[in-house]
Amino acid sequence: MSPEPIRHHIVSVLVENKAGVLARVAGLFSRRGYNIYSLAVAPTDDERFSRITIVVDVESAPLEQITKQLFKLINVVKISELDPARSTEMELLLATVWVDAGSRSQVIELVGIFEGRIVDVSPGALTVAVAGDPARVDDFEELMRPYGIVELQRTGRVALPRLDRQPPRLRSVSGRAS
Amino acid sequence: MKLTGAQALIKSLEAEGVEVMFGLPGGAILPVYDPIIDSTIRHILVRHEQGAGHMAEGYAQVTGRPGVAIVTSGPAATNIVTPLCDAYMDSIPMVCITGQVPSTAIGTDAFQECDTTGITMSVTKHNWLVTEAADIPLVVREAFHLASSGRPGPVLVDVPKDVSNQLMDWYWPTDADVEADLPGYRPTTRGNGRMIREAARLIATAERPVIYAGGGILKARASEVLGELVALTGIPVVTTLMARGCFPDSHELCLGMPGMHGNYTAVTAMQKADLLIALGSRFDDRVTGKVSAFAPEAKVVHVDIDPAELGKVRRPDVPIVGDCRLVIEELCGALRALDGAAGEGLVRPDRSPWLARIKSWQKEFPLRYEQDRDSSVLKPQFVIETLRDNTPEDTIVASGVGQHQMFASQYWRFEHPYTWVNSGGLGTMGFAVPAAIGAKVGRPDRMVWAVDGDGCFQMTAQELVTASSERIPVKVAILNNAYLGMVRQWQELFYEERYSEVYLSPDLPDYVKWAEAMGCVGLRVESPEEVLPAIEKANQIDDRPVVIDFRTDSREKVYPMVAAGTSNDEIILGPSQGEGGR
Repeated sequence: MSPEPIRHHIVSVLVENKAGVLARVAGLFSRRGYNIYSLAVAPTDDERFSRITIVVDVESAPLEQITKQLFKLINVVKISELDPARSTEMELLLATVWVDAGSRSQVIELVGIFEGRIVDVSPGALTVAVAGDPARVDDFEELMRPYGIVELQRTGRVALPRLDRQPPRLRSVSGRAS
Repeated sequence: MKLTGAQALIKSLEAEGVEVMFGLPGGAILPVYDPIIDSTIRHILVRHEQGAGHMAEGYAQVTGRPGVAIVTSGPAATNIVTPLCDAYMDSIPMVCITGQVPSTAIGTDAFQECDTTGITMSVTKHNWLVTEAADIPLVVREAFHLASSGRPGPVLVDVPKDVSNQLMDWYWPTDADVEADLPGYRPTTRGNGRMIREAARLIATAERPVIYAGGGILKARASEVLGELVALTGIPVVTTLMARGCFPDSHELCLGMPGMHGNYTAVTAMQKADLLIALGSRFDDRVTGKVSAFAPEAKVVHVDIDPAELGKVRRPDVPIVGDCRLVIEELCGALRALDGAAGEGLVRPDRSPWLARIKSWQKEFPLRYEQDRDSSVLKPQFVIETLRDNTPEDTIVASGVGQHQMFASQYWRFEHPYTWVNSGGLGTMGFAVPAAIGAKVGRPDRMVWAVDGDGCFQMTAQELVTASSERIPVKVAILNNAYLGMVRQWQELFYEERYSEVYLSPDLPDYVKWAEAMGCVGLRVESPEEVLPAIEKANQIDDRPVVIDFRTDSREKVYPMVAAGTSNDEIILGPSQGEGGR
């Protein structure tokens, strides 16, 4: 897989759950030539809203401008930039791995260590699921590689600010939309 | 009451108080054009959809109300992309209605189908693809609300043909309905109190302050309070291209336009200032020149309703998000408070040396050109000055983009807000004629002159047919130098006089015949002494448009000039500096 960005930012964007909103959000990154590293989007507990978690590799100054521009989108309700050190991040990996009589138990053992699950089985392959901290998911992916990966899909990370000890460092973009 | 989507759309526009819309019908918008026959709204039939967009902009710029354009799908929608982008760059409130192919045909490459909302996403403040006729009243209310509040801008409503034909139960949404449906839209209008007090202290203690007034002053209807601020502080004002008229040019503290073709005093006062009070301005590259060398000693107070403008180009010392009018009012209050106990211990420097310096620059480096009265060569600046001196003070001037635009901005004397209509940010050639028509529709009581270039005129001139048939008596002064003048100027100065594809010919087309063919009066002026009689004749004509073809000097260039990418300190004053001493 591609290397982890050196300085990635996690931007959590609460948007109205409406058609076209994702295109508006993604457009603000693409028109400035910034690549979105990963993106996860799903409705929140309130189905009127969705949360988009974007990981982007960009310097802080342009990121400030992008978040301000994002906030100008009418459908964007709230933006938080999450500090990776102070947020809980999760990612889900699904992988189909070649196995034979010899390697099957090794793979099952590794899935156990990573608290994953075997979600599908065939005579020559296993489909496994592992969820957790993205770095841990990276480790698991590396460990699977020697067995032969048939297909692999990661979700991109989702994140929320950590609750522990200090008040959450949820840095809302100052000012409001205009 | 059951209405079709089309009827609901027109009824919604009426409910929003729309008096006029500019448009051109076609297949997908046909259902909407039927109820227009019975509507109180005046429809002006344009000859090209781009014209509809620029007319809506011109209307909006002089009235402050959103301009409305209505066109069909596909090519009509793409033709109006330029005005949308223009309005987006210059923060002009505009509501654009487009027809769309029926919902069932969307995505099938149907006849005259295009992804209108996708194409216009980045040039509108917001847009909608309406999927239910029942949504139309709410969408229209939101469209006008978004276009005219916060930082104004264009919005687009795309209506599929089947939605226009669908029946719905009429209702008119309340403010609360609109607010509930826009949970992410709450523009900040009042400035932060602490920041305002901080700004007031900087203003009170600055030795060399300059007010850098931008288009936001006009958008916020803040001209009056700006005058109050100047009266209170005695601080000189520069008015950007988008702000011309927001502060009277005749005021002794008005320094005029800064920037690439700004006058020496406006440019240099900003460069030497120790405090820039940026009010509704956005540090555009045409104002700042090389950003790293722009106003190097100045602290910056930046007021804008759009938080994204604060720190976009220059990091302000005091950022204030808010409506210019409200913030300036609060700023005046804070400054008055500093005269009392709150201001004890403040060191107020003597500003008279600064004002004296400014006066000396004004005296030494005024705008200059030479018109030889005996020569047959006509200078464009002379045309502008003669026009300025022989039209009412509140005349509205519209311009296209290029040399003529700069000459107009430099040499006109703007005494009133909303008398200058131009394309600043996008620099859209061809803006003048349709924008002037829109302006005249919005302010029929005013004289409206378009100052245009020959290149610009050829892009949108056909809208004079619209003006003639609708009896909209605009006047057009073509500064015909037979070239794409500004491009020629750059090729002369920066490409060793290698003129590549800029020659247009002075008499092809024959502008007088063309004007006459479009139902206008056409006049030609070839020498200085013919200028005034032609203008006087044009001023007397009020039943049809007039076009004057002024044959001006091809070699004349716009000065002063700060070459692109250089520091404003390297301002070139005139030919002796700009052409290697020739």
